[in-house]
Amino acid sequence: MIDWAGIAFQILQSVFVVLAAPLLLGWVNQCRAWLQNRRGPGVLRPYFMLWRLFHKEAVIAHHASVLFRATPYVLFGCMWLAAGIVPVLATDLPFAFAADIIALVGIFALARVFIALAAMDIGTSFGGIGARREMLIGFLAEPAMLMTLFTAAFLSGSTALTTIVEALAHREFAIHPSLACAAVAFLMVLLAENARIPVDNPATHLELTMIHEAMILEYSARHLALVEWAAAIKLFAYMTIGVALFAPWGIAEGSDWGALPVAIAAAALKLALAGAGLAALETVSAKFRVFRAPEFLGTAFLLAVLGMLVYFLTNA
Amino acid sequence: MNLAAFPSAEAAVGIGVSWLALGALSLLESERARFITRLVFPASALISFVLAAVSLSAVGTPAQTFVLPLGLPDLPFHVRLDSLSALFLFLLGICSLGINIYASGYFRGEAAGKLKLLTLQYHCFLASMAFVLLADDAYMFMVAWETMALASYFLVITEHRQSAIRRAGFIYVLLAHIGAISILLCFGVLQDGGFEGYSFDALRGVELTPFWASVAFLLALTGFGAKAGMIPLHIWLPEAHPAAPSPVSALMSGVMLKTAIYALIRVTFDLIGSPLWQWGLLVAVIGALTALFGILYALQQNDLKRLLAYSSVENIGVILIGLGLAMIFFAAGHPEAGALGLIAALYHALNHGVYKSLLFLGAGSVLHSTGIRSLNEMGGLIHRMPHVAFYFLIGALAISALPPLNGFASEWLIFQTALQAGQLGNGVLRSVVPLLAAMLALAAALTARCFVKAFGIAFLGQPRGKVAALAQGEGHEHLDAGVCERLGMAWLAIWCVLLGIFPSTVVGVINEVCIAVTGAGLPRSALGAGVLWLVPSTQAQASYGPIVFLIVIAAVVLVTYVAVRGAFHGRIRRAPPWDCGYPEQTARMQDSSEGFGQSIRVIFAPIFRISRRVPGPDDLQPKFEVQVEDKHWHGLYLPVARAIDYLSSKVGLLQQGRISIYLLYSFITLIALLVFAQ
Repeated sequence: MIDWAGIAFQILQSVFVVLAAPLLLGWVNQCRAWLQNRRGPGVLRPYFMLWRLFHKEAVIAHHASVLFRATPYVLFGCMWLAAGIVPVLATDLPFAFAADIIALVGIFALARVFIALAAMDIGTSFGGIGARREMLIGFLAEPAMLMTLFTAAFLSGSTALTTIVEALAHREFAIHPSLACAAVAFLMVLLAENARIPVDNPATHLELTMIHEAMILEYSARHLALVEWAAAIKLFAYMTIGVALFAPWGIAEGSDWGALPVAIAAAALKLALAGAGLAALETVSAKFRVFRAPEFLGTAFLLAVLGMLVYFLTNA
Repeated sequence: MNLAAFPSAEAAVGIGVSWLALGALSLLESERARFITRLVFPASALISFVLAAVSLSAVGTPAQTFVLPLGLPDLPFHVRLDSLSALFLFLLGICSLGINIYASGYFRGEAAGKLKLLTLQYHCFLASMAFVLLADDAYMFMVAWETMALASYFLVITEHRQSAIRRAGFIYVLLAHIGAISILLCFGVLQDGGFEGYSFDALRGVELTPFWASVAFLLALTGFGAKAGMIPLHIWLPEAHPAAPSPVSALMSGVMLKTAIYALIRVTFDLIGSPLWQWGLLVAVIGALTALFGILYALQQNDLKRLLAYSSVENIGVILIGLGLAMIFFAAGHPEAGALGLIAALYHALNHGVYKSLLFLGAGSVLHSTGIRSLNEMGGLIHRMPHVAFYFLIGALAISALPPLNGFASEWLIFQTALQAGQLGNGVLRSVVPLLAAMLALAAALTARCFVKAFGIAFLGQPRGKVAALAQGEGHEHLDAGVCERLGMAWLAIWCVLLGIFPSTVVGVINEVCIAVTGAGLPRSALGAGVLWLVPSTQAQASYGPIVFLIVIAAVVLVTYVAVRGAFHGRIRRAPPWDCGYPEQTARMQDSSEGFGQSIRVIFAPIFRISRRVPGPDDLQPKFEVQVEDKHWHGLYLPVARAIDYLSSKVGLLQQGRISIYLLYSFITLIALLVFAQ
């Protein structure tokens, strides 16, 4: 028996996330501009940028291999799948059974490995160092992320994200010490994974400490557009995971079309607040040296593990 | 056809014997190497195929036993093919099929004389692995086990003219024998004083006290751990695996290490019977340490084959984590979670066999056509050897535990097992098990970094050093692997994908093995979810659907590609690399293998033994050198060796070379005995 309503919800949500992701990025940038007393480029700027990039002619290095050209598409595909799995508006997502939280981390890892390989493909000095640093961030952030999610999984007795969200949405409004640890760890991972300050600087170019930008230096035009779009979806997915785990209230359970407007409003409000918070955080902190990043992420990892142990000690 | 009536055990023994016969056959032909590469290896591949088919059909059927009228008087060989043996024979079958096809291409151009011996040893090695898996008494097991060790020793020292390789062989054979003594003692303890015969049936019947059971288990863990590459007994592995010819490295890493895992499961779950949770904890903790140490050392290697060898250590650690968790849960009375752990471990053993064989073959092709082992001399091989690069990439993605390939499925199951920790009553275990999961997560993420390094530096970028020189010279079009080599790798790559996207089918088969070994299996709700979904208990708890996963990604990639090309344009201009506008870009400015390991060296500095030579500011010929060595070597093995040297030098004082002194010894001994005898 095919669950048509569920599939409709599923497709609707995926398309919504993919289309809305640049908006969130624009909003974060705009908030940051306001906080820095600038007028800012407007929240729609990322869309214009994507549109312009798609129209340009792609310039590719002479000895770029197939891998280099295929990677933007693979990245985009991975992020689309992630967007389909994370419950943003509703919890009835048939695709969500394809990947639980562990597989979700696996999707992000797959995307990371591909972009790191693409960065090494041309054989430039920046590409290699970007790939190396990205994998450095990756091997610390990934376990921290898994441990954060495991805490939620232990609390709800499931690793399926939809089940976790349903279970957490029904708990009483109280601060679980284990979840509090996990939330802080998750925030740190979010900053690192999405190349935000203090680990990386999304606004920088031509800086020796860049990570994400160093990897995508050789991309241009439509390839760059896909990479940037995928990055925007990734930020969106991470923010929604955070919202879904630590503030799941208001989400539509099952395929309840009536609850959808409320769910959209709730999601928009929560994400707007989270985006503003991210901008504020980025404004008040400074970028670390690259070698401080492992300490930062090591702290996140230990916090996440601590959260899990706290759960086992206190059962809360 | 009634499968249960098919004499699979006899057929499997026949396969082992025909491998031996093939090996002997290769000795007959004295002149032409072509006979061996064109006939013997393909025939051997055919035998592998039959073995895989026979053993797969035997999984889930009742155990078949018979007695071979060989061996010593009154001690015939007992043969038994049950589900556990069948699963590992299947692994031997599919891996050796790919490796044999590959070998028939790889060994072309070798001198006939050398190849004859190598072929004989190679087939003895194959046959002895089959007999290890089929043995049903301690006697036949030890004979096959030692034959396996010796055959592989001779294969390791194929290039025995190099002293480094002789040394590697010596270390290997030394640790193999320490392990063998331990196994022999283990079988002795399992007799428990009486003597009921050497057959495993008799050993199963013996009831041991927990103390003696633990002694037997520790001996088995030491003995089989030495063969599997468990730390601190792994020291031979990174020396011996790279020394052997690549198809042999693939067999050793892919299959031989698994025979040790098989034997550990056989002794722990079958012969001893009921594991204690302390054993499980020990195995899981050693496994986690092995996984972490293995991958951290792998990240420091510059030799591609050494890197792969250390990564085998890591994977053995992952398998041990699964086994340890299984023991913990079985001992704590949660058979479903225990079964999940055992299935995960067996699944990972199968996966590691396939992708590690593939990776060693890929490294072999590179070595074969370029003669290069060091990553720092490679680069840009994806243009020179596109086929090898493609298969190596599949292997690298699979071993990095990336969905939807096979490595992810088994690590996912291990995580799911660890997540059952809430069921455990013991508070210590409940907090240690999630910590093990944390260490596994760290090891898995480091693996991804390690293989980005291996693939990125070897196959991507601009050609460095020797590869660049090769590109200038003659015949650079022929760098890619030949047809046979490609076919062998393609076969293994297909299994990486198949085992990855049909995990529920695989788990269904392994579940039969688990039921046959332990009597417990997964709950019904887990197996009824259909071919699309891998479900450990119920779908609401957890599920993973790699087919859906793959279809969604493939569909999105395709649609995006068509849409982007259709809506805009597909124009491409080729230009020199941008690299922030730096015009001078040489191959030496790329990140090197040491560079990729540098941050790991800094973060995990206490784990390594690092010696650096950093040039001073007024050095006229600046040279930077860094050397990373295994700490176990200096911390454990050399002190033991020195102590033995010291003791033997002291004992040597007795030896004076003068008869009068020796007579004095006899005299003193006699006096002493007379005094004591009173």
